[in-house]
Amino acid sequence: MNIIISNSSSDPIYEQIYKQIKQQIMRGELQAGEILPSIRLLAKELQISVITTKRAYEELERDGFIATVGGKGSFVAEQNVELLLERKRQFIEDKIAQLVAEGKTLNISLEEMLEMLTLLYREG
Amino acid sequence: MEPILEINGLNKQLDGFHLQDVNLVVPKGYIIGIIGPNGAGKTTTIKLIMNLLRKDSGEISVFGQDHIQFEKEIKQRIGFVYDENHFYEQLSIDENRRIIAPFYENWDNQVFHDYVKKFDLPLRKKLKDLSHGMKTKFALALALSHQAELIIMDEPTSGLDPVFRRELLDILAGLMQDDKHTVIFSTHITSDLERIADYICFINQGQVVFCDIMDNILEKYRVVKGERAMLANQTFTAMLSGVIVNQYGFEALTGQSTNIQKSFKDRVMMEKATLDDIILYTARGNGNA
Repeated sequence: MNIIISNSSSDPIYEQIYKQIKQQIMRGELQAGEILPSIRLLAKELQISVITTKRAYEELERDGFIATVGGKGSFVAEQNVELLLERKRQFIEDKIAQLVAEGKTLNISLEEMLEMLTLLYREG
Repeated sequence: MEPILEINGLNKQLDGFHLQDVNLVVPKGYIIGIIGPNGAGKTTTIKLIMNLLRKDSGEISVFGQDHIQFEKEIKQRIGFVYDENHFYEQLSIDENRRIIAPFYENWDNQVFHDYVKKFDLPLRKKLKDLSHGMKTKFALALALSHQAELIIMDEPTSGLDPVFRRELLDILAGLMQDDKHTVIFSTHITSDLERIADYICFINQGQVVFCDIMDNILEKYRVVKGERAMLANQTFTAMLSGVIVNQYGFEALTGQSTNIQKSFKDRVMMEKATLDDIILYTARGNGNA
């Protein structure tokens, strides 16, 4: 598992942890059943407060990415494949929505945007 | 949540200083930072908890027991690191240890010597010949060698270099690996605390300004910057504190970032506030944010 905390990011630290763990689960880098470090160990390693890591884990648990068994710790939850796909789509859709909004304020036409998108997609 | 320290309505009048009606609840298993400018009352509060100063009124209980009635029992379970040296200057580290250790029922020589090694402490050197950093490390080794559940440190990082400060944070983070230890830590060097403290209590001019989970504080406060004309709006200025105006604009602190975001979003710029910003703007005063 990789977690890199930025102090200058506008995202609060718990959210940075949440996003990074979630991303690694969605990409399959963290597999179902894999054990996560304890809240206190993660706090120590990242030199951040226990309450911060606790909050990140609580939100991951709430959203079904991880599960916690009392006394045994937290592990990556079994992901529903359909749900995962749906989430990936949702994620991209949100990003595109932002782009569309930006594009509209900057008076960029749909055709122009599609062109850019196609170009970038093929290049990447 | 089990409180390890509870302070109710604590008052102390000193020469030119008044600690006023301090209330504080410290939960077990976390790191609590007490911050504030010099002379705000941090050390006074800690001395009152340790009964090194006599309180005028109020209640203090540690481990659920009255701090004066059960002073002896309580102090067995506290590790205390004070910013001034209170050991025997003419004696060596080891001689000091021999005098102090018998006071503690749970003294563990093995643990002490592990810390001596870890901190590179010269056992035979007289205390008066040690650097400030070494003395602090010695005090810390003593505080950690009798199975204390509560570690109270008054300005442990002041006057110490960043390398040692980081080492101290590592030790504290190590202690927090189980939920049995609680650390209370006063400082005016807030960058030390910003990352590892779970709770922050801010004391200013003898009063507790706030005591909250650090993440909540950092979420709530913002530094606001904008054009001077904005200051004519009273609803807006009511949400600011510590306003500084210069020729081209103003800067201030707000504790109501969501409200400002909602109503004045396009007209001001908001930045994350550090604990230093919060101390600085609040100490400057003139507002009620």
